Amino acid sequence: MTVLDSTITQRIDAMRPHFPTEQALLIPLLHEIQGKAGWISRDAMQEAASYLHLPLSKVLEVVTFYTMFNTKPVGKKHIQVCTNVACFLRGADQLVASLEKRLGVHAGETTADQRYTLSEVECLAACGTAPCMQVNDDYHENLTEESLKTLMDKFDQEFQ
Amino acid sequence: MTKKLLTRYNNTPGSHTLAFYQSVNGYQALEKALAMTPDAVIDEVKKSNLRGRGGAGFPTGMKWSFMPKAPVDAEGKPKPKFLVCNADEGEPGTFKDRLLMTQHPHQLVEGMIIAGHAIGATRGYIYIRGEFVHETRRVEAAIEEARAAGFLGAKVMGKEWSFDLCVYRGAGAYICGEETALLNSLEGKRGEPRLKPPFPAQVGAFGMPTCVNNVETFCSVPTIIAGGAEAFASLGTERSGGTRLFCVSGHIEKPGVYELPINITLPELIAHCGGVLGGRKLKAVIPGGASAPMLRADEIEVAMDFDSLAKAGTMAGSGGVIIIDETACIVEVAARLLKFYEHESCGQCSQCREGSHWLARMFDRIERGGGTEDDLNMIAEICSNMAGQTICAFADAVTGPALSTIRKFRSEFEEHVRLGRCPCKHEGHAYPHSQIHHASARL
Repeated sequence: MTVLDSTITQRIDAMRPHFPTEQALLIPLLHEIQGKAGWISRDAMQEAASYLHLPLSKVLEVVTFYTMFNTKPVGKKHIQVCTNVACFLRGADQLVASLEKRLGVHAGETTADQRYTLSEVECLAACGTAPCMQVNDDYHENLTEESLKTLMDKFDQEFQ
Repeated sequence: MTKKLLTRYNNTPGSHTLAFYQSVNGYQALEKALAMTPDAVIDEVKKSNLRGRGGAGFPTGMKWSFMPKAPVDAEGKPKPKFLVCNADEGEPGTFKDRLLMTQHPHQLVEGMIIAGHAIGATRGYIYIRGEFVHETRRVEAAIEEARAAGFLGAKVMGKEWSFDLCVYRGAGAYICGEETALLNSLEGKRGEPRLKPPFPAQVGAFGMPTCVNNVETFCSVPTIIAGGAEAFASLGTERSGGTRLFCVSGHIEKPGVYELPINITLPELIAHCGGVLGGRKLKAVIPGGASAPMLRADEIEVAMDFDSLAKAGTMAGSGGVIIIDETACIVEVAARLLKFYEHESCGQCSQCREGSHWLARMFDRIERGGGTEDDLNMIAEICSNMAGQTICAFADAVTGPALSTIRKFRSEFEEHVRLGRCPCKHEGHAYPHSQIHHASARL
């Protein structure tokens, strides 16, 4: 099964006129692949390499450099809690601890039902509304134990 | 009341739309700038004393004047020039660019078009950190609107000059805020900083002359052109014009982004934000983003402009002010910061790759109670082997929190070593999430 479909290739081709090289399209293409598949498999890297006429090594070195690119599958909801200093001062560690307890996984792991992956991440640039976390594309800010519980209950319901 | 230049229309419904922006004289500065010669625009920005808001505080007009006028390649053919906006906001404690892009994206777009005219660029890229999905959409929508209105694309406002903008999403790497790392990332490569010289003005994006500025810097440009350089300069200090966006976070009553005079003092800033959280006692302040050396509570009588903070042995950096009160353990805060640098070192230079790793391990060990007197002494030695020894300034940034905390709060470190545990935590109370630290330590 190929990951590169016409939706993705059309979007990438639309960006071509803006860039003097094909390699510049690599990061946008990897974002597209991850947006569709949730992660970037070795096969997907090979497809990306072929599409942009790059050696696989160029793709591999880029995928492994950037934190956002997942090289293994993640849950449907990827919960990324900022534990950098501003969030830490505002209680981020307690949020991680309660998420670990609730989900039964440690940070960096995925729940057995593949619904959630919990990650600790570095500064998300939302320090004024700390503590914060990102779930897929969305930021959730000014979190408290209560608001976190409400949010997680809502996520759980979405899976029902 | 402070005059607000960039955040006047904060929280105004629709402030991100072209219709709103034009209703408050948006794009009139562009019209004015296009009637001026590029050199006249650069002179105006020089006279405004605008200094780069990304962290280094370099004079913006001077940076623009470094761009070659009519560069040619080896065969004598003209080379394109590029303009790049650094919107890879990631310095811990900094969150102003996010606000500017969400609420005032046209201010950024207009500033970039004026800058493009000044340096003679044909194309501009806005490099936005990958996590900012919604901010990216806002900026893309603003670009679309501007293009449809004739402010971008072929013949900008009917003039014989074409200029277009394109958004590029990063993918999670703090180092890409370093301008040459950003350029490598923009080229689809690993975000590893480049050796300088050549500087981006000579060899930048795709090998072409390139000028890189921060979001807030570009957003300041329309107001300089519209209101005149003198008016902008008069709001600041002798060597730094305009207002500044301060991002205040941590143990503070009213965290947020505040547009204030650039030379406001730190106690005034804290008071302006409602004081220390819960009325508690201040312990320390990080005045300019995580890389800025910490100030102790008895050192805060200082103005927040670039020069005053440099004189105080720290830096104004990106405007990220993190307030730390008496309840925090400085060793734990420092360990958290060092863990960040360990994670974000690009790994290119051995001094930084190894040094940031060693420091993170040592600070973590001290915090857990496993540190020794030797560890305390070795921190300065490791730092001296990092600062100034590497391709970019990241290694120097690591030493900011490492050295300032051990020097200014040495007794707290010594107490950790003496007790063999963190004195701030109750005995028998496990370190909040020690298993995570173990997992991320990857030793």
